Amino acid sequence: MNPAVDTKKLAQQIRAEAVKMVAAAKASHIGGALSMADLLAVLYGEILRVQPERPDWPERDRFILSKGHSCTGVYAALALRGFFPPAELQTYGQDGSRLMSHISHKVPGVEFSTGSLGHGLPFGCGKALAAKRREKNWRTFVMLSDGELDEGSNWEAILFAPQHRLDNLVAIVDYNKIQSLGSVKEVLDLHPLAEKFRAFNWAVREIDGHNHAEISAALKNLPFEPGRPNCLIAHTVKGRGVDFMEGKLQWHYSSPKPDQLAEALGQLEGAP
Amino acid sequence: MRTAFINELILQARANPKIFLVVGDLGFSVIEPFAAEFPDRYLNAGVAEQNLTGVAAGLASEGYHVFTYSIANFPTLRCLEQIRNDIAYHNLPVTVVSVGAGFAYGNLGYSHHAVQDFGILRSLPEMTVLSPADPGEARESLQWLAQNPCPSYLRLGKAGEAELHATRGLAQGPLQILEGTGGVALVATGSILKEAIAAAKILAADGISVSVFSCPLLQPVSAEFFAPLKKYPRLVALEEHLPAGGLASLLREHLSQPVHSLAVSPKTLGLVGSQEYLRQKAGIDVIGVVAIIQSLLCMTRRT
Repeated sequence: MNPAVDTKKLAQQIRAEAVKMVAAAKASHIGGALSMADLLAVLYGEILRVQPERPDWPERDRFILSKGHSCTGVYAALALRGFFPPAELQTYGQDGSRLMSHISHKVPGVEFSTGSLGHGLPFGCGKALAAKRREKNWRTFVMLSDGELDEGSNWEAILFAPQHRLDNLVAIVDYNKIQSLGSVKEVLDLHPLAEKFRAFNWAVREIDGHNHAEISAALKNLPFEPGRPNCLIAHTVKGRGVDFMEGKLQWHYSSPKPDQLAEALGQLEGAP
Repeated sequence: MRTAFINELILQARANPKIFLVVGDLGFSVIEPFAAEFPDRYLNAGVAEQNLTGVAAGLASEGYHVFTYSIANFPTLRCLEQIRNDIAYHNLPVTVVSVGAGFAYGNLGYSHHAVQDFGILRSLPEMTVLSPADPGEARESLQWLAQNPCPSYLRLGKAGEAELHATRGLAQGPLQILEGTGGVALVATGSILKEAIAAAKILAADGISVSVFSCPLLQPVSAEFFAPLKKYPRLVALEEHLPAGGLASLLREHLSQPVHSLAVSPKTLGLVGSQEYLRQKAGIDVIGVVAIIQSLLCMTRRT
């Protein structure tokens, strides 16, 4: 479906664009954009059946970013895949820009605006149910953060999806282990997360969310089990790709200063 | 009113394959005929209103006109952010339907008293808000919504209300139910219109002539929409709802003459009893309406 894409290169480009956007806008939330960059690169490079020139193609796969604060990663992926000109990324977070700092459905290729956590998975359940009722083959992918699994609305949806055998729904958890004010373990521990999803009758796979071969292998074998919704728990590192951001809570908030931006871009452009 | 709703929804669904009903594990002895006739367009989402509303938005984003159905404050306040962000902001055709307007479930306690609902929901500008008074208005509301799918809220009473009138055209302006000769117009929304009509008849026997209007459409409205009310020097707004954001407030936003509010007082919140008892305690039953109009007219004569 997609032309051959070097997903490792795409991931680094997504990271570089995201860092530039956050720095220019003096915005927050770079850590969670970097942690899911490899997942986005494999999704937009190999997995999602989409037509950038026709964002509303009826047979497209639907991708929903529930962790809407990490939108820079998705904006970058969409621009790099041709949904809109990459030059527009420079307007991110500026007055009047459609690239607002939580993901916006007014941007080509974006299905749903989020920003308040716990909204993406119920909405995705509705889309997946519509596909089932109309016997359509497109899939719905929802990217969740670990912190947002604190929201009860997610667990309502996690109960709902297996009941309705939504094996065309894929929940991807960007499990970077750091939320807003501390580690997930310290705030509301999710461990054992895979067992929780399994107990709710989901088919679960756990992978290294930075290993493209593992991501690709998992997502090329959907559904994991016929009749069950799919949960891909991707173990990731917050801030991945920029050494001084990796695993640091601070980069949920901080915006890179000019010297930090140069350092980050140097690391990202030097990587594979 | 809920029977009129489901019967009309079935009629609409026969003609329109986009209509989809999602219930929150409520509607026993109401929704079964719809579920039996349209199993592919029916869903019981369970006791989980946040997910229910998000699912409804997802279905609507794929082309369905979704009706969510529950009672009291469950499909509205429990999932208000899903209504705001998922439905209204995305301008999706989901109609939130709640049975049990005002004190309809009076004996069931404060959790079940829907007395803040339309004030809160009309603060979302994308939402169309409808509060019918009787089965006929409920049918017309639903017919209008089916023709104009949009983010919307339909506030229903309960079962067994009588037909109060046959005036139609709710999208054009307040519906004139009784035409009086005096300078007072009594404007009601919802099933409490019954008290307004009864009060007008009592006042007429006493030589006081008031006009009565029903206002099922609460949003979108405009000064033009309320033009039929402009000629009345005094308006009395009657509603089974708290004052904040309610009907009197709405009339004041669009009209310049004095509007007297007959609404649920915050002081009566938490009382439990039948709908009739709670309306009486709140001063919004027929006796309260008669008394307030008499006192208003006395004050007018004195001045």
